[in-house]
Amino acid sequence: MTAYLDRLETIQSTIKAAAARGRRCQIVGGGSKPWLAHASAAGSTEAEVLATKALSGVVEYEPTELVIVVRGGTPVGEIERVMREAGQMLAFEPPTADGRATIGGTLASAASGPRRAYAGAVRDFVLGIELIDGKGDRLRFGGKVMKNVAGFDLSRLVCGSAGTLGVITEVALKCLPLPKATETRVYELDAAAALRAMNRWYAEADPISATTWVDGRLYVRFAGAEPAVRAARERRGGELLADADRWWADWREQRHPFFALPEQLMRMSCRATVESLEGFNQAIEWGGALRWLHAATEEDRARVRYWTHRAKGYATRWHAPFVETLNELSPEVRALTARLKAQFDPYGVFPAVVSS
Amino acid sequence: MLLGTLMKLPSLLETLAAILPADGLKTTPEAMRPYECDGLSMYRALPKCVALPETEDELVAVLKACHAARVPVVTRGAGTGLSGGAMPDPEAVLLSTARLMRIIEIDADACLARVQPGVRNLAISEAAAAHGLYYAPDPSSQIACTIGGNVAENSGGVHCLKYGLTVHNVRAVRVALIDGSVVTLGCEGLDAPGYDLLALMTGSEGLLGVVTEVTVKLTPKPRLAQVALASFPTVEAAGAAVGRIIAAGIVPAGLEMMDRIATRAVEDFVHAGYDCEAAAILLCESDGTPEEVADEMARVEAVLREAGASDVRLSTSEAERLRYWSGRKNAFPATGRISPDYYCMDGTIPRKELPRVLKAIEAMSEKYGLRCANVFHAGDGNLHPLIMFDANRPGELERAEAFGAEILELCVEVGGTITGEHGVGIEKINQMCVQFSPKELTRMHEIKRAFDEHGLLNPGKAVPTLHRCAEHGRMRVSQGKPMPFAELERF
Repeated sequence: MTAYLDRLETIQSTIKAAAARGRRCQIVGGGSKPWLAHASAAGSTEAEVLATKALSGVVEYEPTELVIVVRGGTPVGEIERVMREAGQMLAFEPPTADGRATIGGTLASAASGPRRAYAGAVRDFVLGIELIDGKGDRLRFGGKVMKNVAGFDLSRLVCGSAGTLGVITEVALKCLPLPKATETRVYELDAAAALRAMNRWYAEADPISATTWVDGRLYVRFAGAEPAVRAARERRGGELLADADRWWADWREQRHPFFALPEQLMRMSCRATVESLEGFNQAIEWGGALRWLHAATEEDRARVRYWTHRAKGYATRWHAPFVETLNELSPEVRALTARLKAQFDPYGVFPAVVSS
Repeated sequence: MLLGTLMKLPSLLETLAAILPADGLKTTPEAMRPYECDGLSMYRALPKCVALPETEDELVAVLKACHAARVPVVTRGAGTGLSGGAMPDPEAVLLSTARLMRIIEIDADACLARVQPGVRNLAISEAAAAHGLYYAPDPSSQIACTIGGNVAENSGGVHCLKYGLTVHNVRAVRVALIDGSVVTLGCEGLDAPGYDLLALMTGSEGLLGVVTEVTVKLTPKPRLAQVALASFPTVEAAGAAVGRIIAAGIVPAGLEMMDRIATRAVEDFVHAGYDCEAAAILLCESDGTPEEVADEMARVEAVLREAGASDVRLSTSEAERLRYWSGRKNAFPATGRISPDYYCMDGTIPRKELPRVLKAIEAMSEKYGLRCANVFHAGDGNLHPLIMFDANRPGELERAEAFGAEILELCVEVGGTITGEHGVGIEKINQMCVQFSPKELTRMHEIKRAFDEHGLLNPGKAVPTLHRCAEHGRMRVSQGKPMPFAELERF
């Protein structure tokens, strides 16, 4: 415990020293999402590295409370292992990056996996955080109880903040039980038919926990009580996917061949019923609310952006630096983002949120 | 200061009169009387004026005028809030969103609805019912409360454990900032780049902006719901049973506990069929397909019996299910019948601390010489102790206040929070000082400044100034005085 507090103090004093000397700090977790590292934006060649790896471990876990409290640098895979033993899971199913992804980085990158459309995102499961901000102050927001409306919700605000607000040193998360039964069925469908099926089946209360359309096939993972999964299978037919766990793990970790060239992918977040954009090699997941499109040229990317803006969604280059993704927001929201950032990090210790 | 007020008042009222429809501006005490308080009725004040825009353009123009004149704005939905969040300020314009009440769109395939902020919570579910969908968060005032107010308060309900709070069921909001700019936070899809400003806006109690449109997630309506009613010989056994249900991998749609003082009060009132000899009762609801419900209920019943329930009854019809719920939903008014006055507290605790907290409350009850009934959203640890007193007896009000303060401090001490779902408002503003450090409170003030540089939106609510951090305050509901929305269920 003392060693742990020493580590926190080291981070605090490093930040304070950087603030005093006008230097920058770069937070690094497991290094599984290097594009978040702001290399260009932050001029990080001279940045002090704040490694969270040593801030690891489960602080508190009582399955019957449905709450787990972990340190910010704890690997997601490790958290899942501990929870699985108690029959529970991180329901937002974040990528684990072969054990490298940390929970702090998962919050910072708002990373959620296949179950997101049906169970919720990482932000939906965050109950509270401890954060060391750009002044070196240790602050706690939220808590470790299910319902808490005291004060502004700053623990969820940091989801998607990409290390620009502070070091996430502790996270309390809501846990859910593992489903009793799971079965994946496959359907040969074109994109339009797949979108219809994803949307209608969910709206008709089928027990769905993931949907992905890729290579002309729709993969639907049914999960829940055994009788409910059986009833869904009887209702929807389809072909049983053998080795489904591995297939979903590959999809979740983006090891599926579709993700072979991540730099060429556009990530499109939109209303689930938006028509699919023709003429692109694409995959659809999250019930239609998340689309991945291969767009290698600037012209292709412009087409995707145009289509997405018309649909009131957001299109970002996958693995783009954080500041580039913010360009998708309106000038007013960007201004709000910059003002919030200035409150957490008045000396500009962490990477900037406006392109220099 | 006085001169300044005199000089700018007429011009602001003139500006507002020009912006708003003929009956959209109330300036006389008689016309403003209905707006003098929200559900926390002992805090009352008349505002400077009441503005009732009918369109977003009008609402934005009102904000711009107030911003230019540096006059504060208190936003109000239906005024059903329980923490005084919409209590007017004599120096401020009261901005009502109640007339922005259009359901703009329902997309049944995408399971979402776009609505204006004045649409009532229940009206969304009613409109979605034709598609087999509903809006899941169900605060007890849902027949009257508006979705704009729900977003401002991050409202809950009795089905939160499984279906989440408002923050889990809102996809996007359009928000007018105090300078009149309008921003969209969130996305009709599932995420937007950058900080989670949608989460920050949800539950910000009218301090950061005014919601002008809400895109909510709709949930497929479960085909069946069934409730188990279990009696326990001790409160500890009932608390342990809740832990066992969760340990069995069950997340019930609803999980509620009441102690004997509460069950006796409601039995006399609504005859729900509760076992009044039991030290505590549990209500555990399951919903889903008939197959799922049958499977889950069988497991729930087994767990309840193993946990020492002296009696377990399963609802056999929809009428019986609603009757079992009626007792729980009438706990507040039933308490009002057996005591001239009561305070309702709203702390949340880690569930395992329940026996300790209930024992402590029992000891406090003796110490202060006041009765206390306990109703409890057991699944998510949200306690509603109802402290009974008689304000006409000298000293009882003060004792009740001290009693409540001690309960909330205990909630914080065991790792919980001072408010699970009613909000801070003005009611619990002093207790924020117990829960947050000066640095954390300062950060909240700084965040407010990032949205509202001059502190014009709902000033003095939700986040205390550091020098205010002193004593405690809490909600008082008096049977003697007319309470707004007295006809609503409160739980």
